[in-house]
Amino acid sequence: MNSISLLLVNFRRKRVRKILTICSFAMALFLFGLLAIIYDAFYLPIEIAGADRLVVQNKISLIMPLPYSYREKLKQVDGIDLVSFGSWFGGVYQDERNFFVQFAVDTETWNLMFPEFIVPPEQWKAFVEDRQGCIVGQKLADRYGWKIGDRIPLKGTIFQGVWEFNLTGIFQAKRPSDDTSQFWFQYKYLDEQSDLMNGYVGWYYVHVDDPDRAEEISKRIDEMFANSPFETVTETEKAWTAAFIKQFGNIKVLLLAVGGVVFFTLILITGSNMAMSIRERTPEIGIMKTLGFSGTRILFMVLAESLVIAMTGGGIGLIMARLFVMRGDPTGGFLPAFYLSSRNIMLGLAITVLIGLAAGIIPAIQSMRLKIVEALRRV
Amino acid sequence: MVQVNGEAKTDALIQVRNLHKTYFRGNESIEVLKDLNLDINRGEFVAFMGPSGSGKTTLLNLLGGLDLPTSGSIIVDNDEITKISAKRLTDWRARHVGFIFQLYNLIPVLTAFQNVELPLLLTRLSRSQRREHVEAALYIVGLEDRMHHFPRQLSGGQEQRTAIARAIVSDPTFLLCDEPTGDLDRTNANEILDLLNRLSEEFDKTILMVTHDPVAACNAHTTLHLEKGILMESSKTECK
Repeated sequence: MNSISLLLVNFRRKRVRKILTICSFAMALFLFGLLAIIYDAFYLPIEIAGADRLVVQNKISLIMPLPYSYREKLKQVDGIDLVSFGSWFGGVYQDERNFFVQFAVDTETWNLMFPEFIVPPEQWKAFVEDRQGCIVGQKLADRYGWKIGDRIPLKGTIFQGVWEFNLTGIFQAKRPSDDTSQFWFQYKYLDEQSDLMNGYVGWYYVHVDDPDRAEEISKRIDEMFANSPFETVTETEKAWTAAFIKQFGNIKVLLLAVGGVVFFTLILITGSNMAMSIRERTPEIGIMKTLGFSGTRILFMVLAESLVIAMTGGGIGLIMARLFVMRGDPTGGFLPAFYLSSRNIMLGLAITVLIGLAAGIIPAIQSMRLKIVEALRRV
Repeated sequence: MVQVNGEAKTDALIQVRNLHKTYFRGNESIEVLKDLNLDINRGEFVAFMGPSGSGKTTLLNLLGGLDLPTSGSIIVDNDEITKISAKRLTDWRARHVGFIFQLYNLIPVLTAFQNVELPLLLTRLSRSQRREHVEAALYIVGLEDRMHHFPRQLSGGQEQRTAIARAIVSDPTFLLCDEPTGDLDRTNANEILDLLNRLSEEFDKTILMVTHDPVAACNAHTTLHLEKGILMESSKTECK
């Protein structure tokens, strides 16, 4: 026997209570995992958005288009080294529940504008050469089991009719947080087949050579198109993404409130369980102290026990969250970056340790300070 | 030899001088031990008797370093335990005192072997050395065939023998027994008393035992009476 086996022996007492405490930890950390995933799905795009990319959109609304002719004008602005554009398509694949984003993109510049998405050169070449070509992210291809060469029909909602596409490529992402559930096809195909576009695009992306000049360049772009029929609002991709997410309300406060309540409740549950467990063992702790176990050693034993319970439950909860994520995005594409990051796993473990310590510290200090004579009287 | 008059005996293992213990409850103070003096030589088997509340267990707790006196001193093997820090007192207790309680006080989730091994976790002994010590202690108390039993699988007498094995496993300077036969029937009580006698005779252990049982007290070399906090030596002839 050693200190660890002594800890494990104590861990086996009152099994039902221990299992229930571990389960409450597991459920709380599972919930933490889900909240962290949802938080990241909303806010990680802001963090990872390019600081050197600006979004130029119609001043009235994102759904209002901008003239194709702006492209050349934007290229002339000092500090801009690349201009690309995209348009929202809004098609339906088989069923309206099968939501995923579809962009009509500029084949000359789109891949240069978004180097975080990796498309094999031969696949990009095939895409450029096929007017009906399309490229999808790996997650989307996996979701519907698409393979290169497949014919994919989309029913237009804004652009009427059934649109047929040939899958010419599948892109990967450099970071797990990048959205690989997108569907790209040629803007030219949309422009040629629909009277609605007729020389317009949805919005522009511009790449600036110096991120420090982003604000100045944004201002210059908007001034350039001021008092025209298509005035613009230009902001960094980061600010643009943040504004887009803000439309859903203050998700951050909601998630923090739910998480806070859950963890506070967990501290109360675990703390009271630990206190109960230690109170029941007061005579034994008295005996151990009588035999020569120091107060500090007893303190660490109680804390270790609390930590083992916390880490076991927390670990199970985080594994459950990880497994849940592996089943894919349950929102049908609403939260494309649906994954539990290593950072959040580490954060979850840190929270677990903190709660384990917080729950165990009071009983541990009480045990440390316990007077032997008092403890022996309770036998 | 045991003396209660407080005359200096520098060779005594345990020297108690002018010991006072007062408990305070609110405004009320209860003087449990009054100016107590005691000298106990190595190898003595001393029984403390007296009515409930006379201070027997308090004295035992003070001698074992479990509690501190209000005034006075206790010197054990040249260590003045009433003056050392709490941390050093804990270490001293682990090295010098073996405790035996009325209700055995075994840890229910540990086997007899593990219960006896518990004090040795505080030593630098290797696993195999610990095993040797534990097996030897369990052999002395006659429980070598029950070492993997949990306390709930043992009889009261066997539990107390396990507790004795735990008390002697680290070869302490002296044993403190608080009513060791108080929860046992006569047969089992006699077995425990025989065992304590063996420890005294064969292993020359110094044993201090609190008891209400006159038969148990008769096994000791000396019986001391505590009455209202004052210690008196009783005649051995009372046993005959």
